[in-house]
Amino acid sequence: MSGTILVSIYVFVLAMFTGFEVITKVPPTLHTPLMSGANAISGISIVGALVIAGLGEGLLFSVIGTVAVVAATINVVGGFMVTDRMLRMFRRDGEAS
Amino acid sequence: MGTNELIIQLAYLLSAILFILGLKRLSSPATARRGNMLAAIAMLLAIVVTLLDESILTFEWIIAGMIIGGLIGATMARLVKMTEMPQMVAVFNGFGGLASGLVGAAEFLRFQIGGAPAPSLDAAIAIMAGTLIGAVTFSGSLIAFGKLQGIVTEQPVTYPMQQVVNGLIFVAILAAMTLLVVAPASGPGSGVAPELVYYGLWAGALVLGILLVIPIGGADMPVVVSLLNSYSGLAASAAGFALNNNVLIISGALVGASGLILTRIMCKAMNRSLANVIFGAFGQAPDSDASSGEKRTKADVNSVGAEDVAMLLAYATRVVIVPGYGLAVAQAQHKLRELADQLEARGVQVRYAIHPVAGRMPGHMNVLLAEANVPYTQLYEIEDVNPDIQAVDACLVVGANDTVNPAARDDPASVIAGMPIVEVDRAKHCVVLKRSLSPGFAGVDNELFYARNSMMYFGDAADSIAKIVEEVKQL
Repeated sequence: MSGTILVSIYVFVLAMFTGFEVITKVPPTLHTPLMSGANAISGISIVGALVIAGLGEGLLFSVIGTVAVVAATINVVGGFMVTDRMLRMFRRDGEAS
Repeated sequence: MGTNELIIQLAYLLSAILFILGLKRLSSPATARRGNMLAAIAMLLAIVVTLLDESILTFEWIIAGMIIGGLIGATMARLVKMTEMPQMVAVFNGFGGLASGLVGAAEFLRFQIGGAPAPSLDAAIAIMAGTLIGAVTFSGSLIAFGKLQGIVTEQPVTYPMQQVVNGLIFVAILAAMTLLVVAPASGPGSGVAPELVYYGLWAGALVLGILLVIPIGGADMPVVVSLLNSYSGLAASAAGFALNNNVLIISGALVGASGLILTRIMCKAMNRSLANVIFGAFGQAPDSDASSGEKRTKADVNSVGAEDVAMLLAYATRVVIVPGYGLAVAQAQHKLRELADQLEARGVQVRYAIHPVAGRMPGHMNVLLAEANVPYTQLYEIEDVNPDIQAVDACLVVGANDTVNPAARDDPASVIAGMPIVEVDRAKHCVVLKRSLSPGFAGVDNELFYARNSMMYFGDAADSIAKIVEEVKQL
């Protein structure tokens, strides 16, 4: 096992703990926006997809990369937009809508 | 590390920090919208700095992909109805899983076909794990979408030896993964080409995703959607391990944690284990002889009309509304708000009791009611409503069934025994709006309908509420 992977595992485990700490505090009323927002964040694989689509190593990789870019972009753009649309609707008692 | 690379890494760190801060702001509805924007900015930052990567030589494919994906995503986000949010989230989950899986595929094939240097053992394991999780998330999410949209039956689909078949497929997948990790470049004459084994791995994982979700019934979808949400994060993390990219690992882990927390909350709210939800094929149509005793009909219940309900609600002091999936089906949230407004204008205190698994995804009811402009300060969790529910004059149950079934509390032999419920039967009166006496998802009869302090108002929830509103206005 190389040192790099060990560092990666550290990062992963600590990020999981951070996630548990932060997300436990989200109230049930926001669970749907939490889900769609978290969903948009999981579109971060777009970072890998972009590089593959731009490698210029032949049609196969361009196609795989581009399909991945399309899928990830739908996830990212759609996810953040729909979360915003939902969160705009939440209001306290007496607040103007 | 060159300057360019350093800038990219620091920007990734910044975007990971912004993701965490964004999620942190989701802890209150007042700051949640800014939190979401912060996360979106973090994503934009990550995308922009990635485009600085020196290994990107052509931009045509990238631009085309982003435009197509952006248009599809934006259109879906604008057009989706709030009642359809669960299937929307399911389908987005699926795309996230697909993207992560394809990143793994490209890494594998670059070495196998493209002549790139062999991935390290760690990277190879990560590629295989990412492929498996990504593909299962993709096909599983599409089935979940189909079930929620009504394209695939909401009933659990079961067949003989189901677990054995799933188990065998899983073992075959593990064998293929091991083979590809241990001997990625088997020389000529070693039989099957590794890329064919890899394609087989994809096919197996896609089939597994389908088979894992079809035996799960409609009302268990909150658990499935949460779990797939978690998987989509873990798939991104796996891609991060393969690419040795920390922002992928961190973001994926955050989403993985979020999905796991929601999964646990949903399971607890049904008093069932995750294994029972996934493998239990819960909610199958029960055997005819299983339902105990005589068949009861509408004659056995106190069936009332709009006028009676209006009288009861309008002259009450405290009313608790309990919404369920039927509210979403009937799209009755706006009518319900109108009724609540009428009652409040008469001085009635109106609260909503939200069961965690009401609807088809965590928080489904809250979003529907928010759409109808109900302030979230009127929404209560069941622990906040149950203790003084005897003092409530009337509970109005709209399209909920299992979540208000007293059998969960009283009958240890019931399949839903131990599930927390809204104890509407302990209120002074209870009105149930429902189409028929048919049992809820769990397939158990609901004693509540026959209780002495219960009234049944049969019909479509939206129609029924509209009629009640008219009657209240005339009082």
